[in-house]
Amino acid sequence: MITALIILALLALGFGLLLGYAALRFKVEGDPLVEQIDALLPQTQCGQCGYPGCRPYAEAIANGDEINKCPPGGEATIKNLADLMGVEAKPLHGGSTEPEVKKVAFIREDECIGCTKCIQACPVDAIVGATRQMHTVITSECTGCDLCVEPCPVDCIDMVPIKTGITNWRWDLNPIAIKQVD
Amino acid sequence: MSMESLFNRLKAGRLFSFPGGVKPPERKALSNQTAIAALPLPDKLFVSLKQHIGVEGKVQVKEGDKVLKGQVLTASPNPFAVPVHAPTSGTVTRIGLHAAAHPSGLPEQTIEITPDGLGQWTTLSPIPNYAQLPKMKIIEAICNAGISGMGGAGFPTHLKISSKKDVEFLIINGVECEPYITADDRLMREHAWQIRQGIDILVHLLNPGAVLIAIEENKPEAIDAMRVACKDQSRYLVCPIPTRYPAGGEKQLIQNLLDREVPRKGLPIDVGVIMQNVGTCYAIADAIFSGKPLIERVVTLTGESLQAPGNYWVPLGTPVYHLLNQAKYVSSLQQKKRIIMGGPMMGFTLHTDLAPVVKTSNCVLVPSDQAMPLPPDEQSCIRCAACADACPASLLPQQLYWHAKANELERAQDFNLFDCIECGACAYVCPSDIPLVHYYRRAKADIRIQEQEKQKSDKARQRFEARNARLEREAEERKAKHAEAAERRRQAMQQPADNPQDKIAAALARVQAKKQAAQPDAVPEANEDKVAAAIARAKAKREAQQAQTGEPAKASALADDPKKAQVASAIARAKAKREAQQAQTTETVESASPAASDDAEAAKKARVAAAVARAKAKRDAEKADDAPESDAQPAENAQIDDADAAKKARVAAAVAKAKAKRDAEKADDAPESDAQPAENAQIDDVDAAKKARVAAALAKAKAKRDAEKAASTTETNHQPDDITQVDDAEAAKRARVKAAVARAKAKKAQQQDDPS
Amino acid sequence: MTFKVASSPHQHAMRNTAGLMRLVIYCAVPGIVVQGYFFGWGILVQLILAVLTALVSEGVFLALRKRNFERALGDYSAVLTAILLAISIPPLAPWWIVVLGTFFAIVIVKQLYGGLGNNLFNPAMAAYVMLLISFPVQMTAWAPVQALTQFSVNLADAASVVFTGFTTDGYSLGQLQTNIDGVTLATPLDQVRTDLTLGLTYHESLQNEIFNHGMGIGWAWVNLAYLLGGLVLIKTRAINWHIPGAMLGTLAAIAAVMYATDASIYASPAFHLFSGAAMLGAFFIATDPVSAATSNKGRLVYGAGIGLWVYLIRTFGGYPDAVAFAVLIMNMAVPLIDYYLKPRVYGHWSKRR
Ligand code: SF4
Ligand code: SF4
Ligand code: SF4
Ligand code: SF4
Ligand code: SF4
Repeated sequence: MITALIILALLALGFGLLLGYAALRFKVEGDPLVEQIDALLPQTQCGQCGYPGCRPYAEAIANGDEINKCPPGGEATIKNLADLMGVEAKPLHGGSTEPEVKKVAFIREDECIGCTKCIQACPVDAIVGATRQMHTVITSECTGCDLCVEPCPVDCIDMVPIKTGITNWRWDLNPIAIKQVD
Repeated sequence: MSMESLFNRLKAGRLFSFPGGVKPPERKALSNQTAIAALPLPDKLFVSLKQHIGVEGKVQVKEGDKVLKGQVLTASPNPFAVPVHAPTSGTVTRIGLHAAAHPSGLPEQTIEITPDGLGQWTTLSPIPNYAQLPKMKIIEAICNAGISGMGGAGFPTHLKISSKKDVEFLIINGVECEPYITADDRLMREHAWQIRQGIDILVHLLNPGAVLIAIEENKPEAIDAMRVACKDQSRYLVCPIPTRYPAGGEKQLIQNLLDREVPRKGLPIDVGVIMQNVGTCYAIADAIFSGKPLIERVVTLTGESLQAPGNYWVPLGTPVYHLLNQAKYVSSLQQKKRIIMGGPMMGFTLHTDLAPVVKTSNCVLVPSDQAMPLPPDEQSCIRCAACADACPASLLPQQLYWHAKANELERAQDFNLFDCIECGACAYVCPSDIPLVHYYRRAKADIRIQEQEKQKSDKARQRFEARNARLEREAEERKAKHAEAAERRRQAMQQPADNPQDKIAAALARVQAKKQAAQPDAVPEANEDKVAAAIARAKAKREAQQAQTGEPAKASALADDPKKAQVASAIARAKAKREAQQAQTTETVESASPAASDDAEAAKKARVAAAVARAKAKRDAEKADDAPESDAQPAENAQIDDADAAKKARVAAAVAKAKAKRDAEKADDAPESDAQPAENAQIDDVDAAKKARVAAALAKAKAKRDAEKAASTTETNHQPDDITQVDDAEAAKRARVKAAVARAKAKKAQQQDDPS
Repeated sequence: MTFKVASSPHQHAMRNTAGLMRLVIYCAVPGIVVQGYFFGWGILVQLILAVLTALVSEGVFLALRKRNFERALGDYSAVLTAILLAISIPPLAPWWIVVLGTFFAIVIVKQLYGGLGNNLFNPAMAAYVMLLISFPVQMTAWAPVQALTQFSVNLADAASVVFTGFTTDGYSLGQLQTNIDGVTLATPLDQVRTDLTLGLTYHESLQNEIFNHGMGIGWAWVNLAYLLGGLVLIKTRAINWHIPGAMLGTLAAIAAVMYATDASIYASPAFHLFSGAAMLGAFFIATDPVSAATSNKGRLVYGAGIGLWVYLIRTFGGYPDAVAFAVLIMNMAVPLIDYYLKPRVYGHWSKRR
């Protein structure tokens, strides 16, 4: 009886050591958590999460905030975050889970008065222009965050949906219905 | 295995093999019984700008232009661009979006030509003596003839054949393993000699160890014809290939003939092979010996719903409805119109019969519902692995399907999704009727889009961080400046100086001090140097363009864009004014008249300023050399009129010096600059023109503001001057501003009215 | 006018899951007929019971899972499972054995794992093992070959035994298992196993009346019939040769080696190949696509593994026949096999050249 107990204890100890060693030996050197989270966020920098940009939100998540506050990322981002953080994915904070259509800002250039307000609002410097000159959006840099629309005093900024072209077509042949039967 | 032993082995008729594959019913007899026939011209031709892998060229014609048969319609210096040509003579009736020959059915830029029925050729320049010409000339001729791969994906031929590596085998692909298609079969039967001539040209260019002409065994006539055409060449070998789909796939054919595998993400040349389609060889011979560009191709019109199936010479751009009419389409055999462009295994269905024939369209297939029933709904995968047994790439299609369907894109990539050649063999055999390839395509598209988004979000992050850093720095600098200013004010208070002369001197000293303070600050900021450089480059580029059209033309060039002219003249005036002020404040005596307000003076000033900018651009370009992301092109542009610039630079030497000094400061002060102008410069021609204009406007506006600032530092209030100098042009702009402000006010009022 | 838009390939091989399953069922018919000839009408009763249970339980469960059950029922996979189970259990086993087994196979092993294509285990064999462990008495009560028994059993008798335990004449199943002399007869594999434990040699055991020419009477013919059906399956490319080939090859090879070392206690390869469910297992059960390995190399390993386990369990284990256990054990190994024996993808050469 005693020997059995001793053997068990020794075994337990042995495996414990082995596991401990393995944990040290095969430790995965990863990015700091904040970096990893930040890499998953869409970087729209829109502030809809309640933080001034994606990185602050990443820091907040690392400190225990909810993972479901980023509307631009939608469900895909929540799922990725859930995987990373080892928690359950939950629906988007505050409703709609429909991934919105991607948009970019567009300035109606002949109406722009060159007040530079939009430049100050744009988190990624995607607008160029100067005082009292026509402004324009660099479409390839615009994240579609919407932040420039509100400040414009003459309402000349539109958010236009990005068109599906041959390069970003997702092979959805709408007419073919792939129905699942089993 | 060495080249020689491989060749001997093949000569003895011994091949290797490739895994998997299927043997669908061939149904080639439907279309290969008659000779290739010509078709009457359609009433409209739709020439897509992009008919190959790569980029489209720039349109060289306008709506309403008369074009001749074979006239080039697009051109581009980009090596990935291949021009397209007018398939016949006629009028360009429209340039715009038109349904493309693409599975998405989305429209693409297309030139619509209404034929005049004359078929008048443009001047052709054949080079039958090609062997005497440098190879680059031949490759250029092939590129200019618009030839891209005519078998599969449409890779630009001139890129393939300008390989620098040693070519052991040139493989001519006449396998045509897809059911129904017989275009290459008929072409080889009827035009074996011209194909042989095309091969000769390729051999001259590539100097391969041997030429293998691979033809599937089910085309005995084509094999005989090619054998006859090549019988005097001991290094040309016609290799009959056992009939099995997809034996004609590039990778499978190489494996089948040579037992070599193209490394993943590699090209055939990595295993010493270059492959060309027989149709491409034919087109090359056409281009070299008769100078004809690629404006028509053989298309197999086939399928049980056509009463006159066969092969036809079809001008590129011919809409499919015309082909169906010519081949007597019987609509009653299809419940819903189903037109397949390409073969039954890899072709795609068209969304509309307006889609035109392009360089890669080898077949238009219109099956009857009976001959090619629509697949029933998919059922569960029973893991029978029939798909894995059929896969020529030795993938595990059922696993790919599993992960693709579950949207586990990473796992799908682990199972080598991107090695799938989309041959369709797996979906062909799947007993559960799962559209496997469709799942793969979707997964691939999603992965590609995700990658693009990832790149974009990385860029957004960088920009966001750069902006934050900049804002922080600016805030600090402002703080420092304020502190300094306060300090100086205190000192000034201590020694009361009511002499205005002294006041000016003090102000000057402050300016000087500020300049000096700013300068050492700016030098370590390589980033901002780059920005300044980019701005200057953009400006210089524009001015160089203007300069090229001749100095006096500046005004006239601007004149055709009234708005631009207004802005420019306002800017020029502002500049002139600023320089005048500069002259005053720095007490540098210049020939410039003090109050430069008339336009003639302004124009002159603007010219001087342009020269300054050019000189600056040159210097900046040198500086920017070590800037990794700088694009050399604008800098080159700036150097075009160096000679001119140098002279003018001398004239404006003093101004330049002062300006250069302030420049660093300017960059510091520009709140809306940072990285984007530098990136602007990188954007390709089309965009660049517009953005450069914007950037130039920005730079000038900044200059103007600087002038104002300078004025205010001398405590001389020039602000009213500014307004008095406004002339009609300016007034117009003001009016616009006023209107805008009114609108804004209206908006605000509206918002206030709003109960919330 | 709208156009029909679809993704390539547009052409399809005219073979579907239902057809495949039907083909397998047809190929099993000769074996079933021969089995019926030797062991009586009981098998027919069991088949009917099993197929009915399978269809009902599958249909109900698909309806519960809100799937389109008409199409799914039409794929014959449930029918095939039921048939395989029905021919594996003793022909005169009580009705609830087969009903319970089929229900277990369809509902627990298949549907609860996610339906066709998602089950880890072969449903028929998992059910068989469940029954064997839970009801060893009923599951080993194989009536001997009809020619040897005391009583002849007609269809009515068989049905009666299955449902009530007694023939229409009132004989019990136990009585049916005895020979003319009233000695209970076992299956050949059972007989050899029992005799060996009693200290008899293999050859002495073969003297038993259930053997003829060293083969179990009837059993050899049944196995031959399944072999025939299996060869047809391979010929029609419904299955690949890899799994049955590897399984039978391994079984025969090991048996040959052992037989050569000590013929007195180890059975001959031929005995192994033509006893019990060897052929049925090799061609019809191990080849069940859902639970088998998928690459050709993997199939070889999988088949060989089954062969090995069949031999080991038959020779050293506690149960007379071993195909069901062997298949289940290798089912568990399938993910591992599939993972390690992925075919080398085109262009991914590292060692070659
Ligand atoms: S809500 Fe906007 S700012 Fe917040 S993480 Fe998402 S994209 Fe970034
Ligand atoms: S341009 Fe507007 S929408 Fe686009 S990133 Fe800037 S602020 Fe956001
Ligand atoms: S906020 Fe509106 S008016 Fe002001 S610069 Fe931007 S686009 Fe022009
Ligand atoms: S062929 Fe179809 S059913 Fe069979 S394993 Fe492949 S995907 Fe599954
Ligand atoms: S389509 Fe892809 S997965 Fe399917 S057989 Fe062809 S290469 Fe293999």
